[in-house]
Amino acid sequence: MIRVQYFARLRELAGKGQEMLDREQMTVQELLDWAEETYPGFGKDDIQVAVNEEYALPEDVIRSGDECAFIPPVSGG
Amino acid sequence: MKPFEVVEAPIDPQVYCDYVLHAGAGAVTLFTGHVREWTHGVRTVYLAYEAYVPMAEKKLAEIGAEIETKWPGVKVAIAHRIGELHISDIAVVIAVSSPHRKAAYEANEYAIERIKEVVPIWKKEVWEDGEEWLGAQKKYPEKGVDSV
Repeated sequence: MIRVQYFARLRELAGKGQEMLDREQMTVQELLDWAEETYPGFGKDDIQVAVNEEYALPEDVIRSGDECAFIPPVSGG
Repeated sequence: MKPFEVVEAPIDPQVYCDYVLHAGAGAVTLFTGHVREWTHGVRTVYLAYEAYVPMAEKKLAEIGAEIETKWPGVKVAIAHRIGELHISDIAVVIAVSSPHRKAAYEANEYAIERIKEVVPIWKKEVWEDGEEWLGAQKKYPEKGVDSV
């Protein structure tokens, strides 16, 4: 199982803060593609993925037990 | 208090100044970022900040480490508040001490620029007639055009 978290606009779009994906492994790009398909309007081209609290690259592999978060463009400060 | 933290309660800047001050410091710069009422002619009622807290605190600490490498002898503390913030509330505080003032000014500005680039914190502007999460795309209601 892979845990994914949603924040800000994406949390509102998904209607939830987190969910579990029943996958053994997938790439970051595959996760983004899944999210775009599941939540139309996700806007994957502008979203980064953090795996275990570190920014990941599209080709990085996510494994069961990892904690992922979709990071839309940040606006702190 | 932690030197790099995301908090829900109102921020007391003095706490962070006290943390960075030490006998070798000849200068302390304190930056406080506040909720502004008017942005591009649109009136903000309040801002709602949200964070991926554990990662945000980790990224704040990384910014601190970057600064201590770039400006040796500098000491940093950063706090960002989340939740519902009203006009003039402090959203972020950055305290930097250094032996001499130049580094304290430079490092402080570097910190806020980096926060805006890499720390997973988001703000939603709430206006009288709408709301929007800020980020790459931005539409202000009265203008109806994208601006950055």
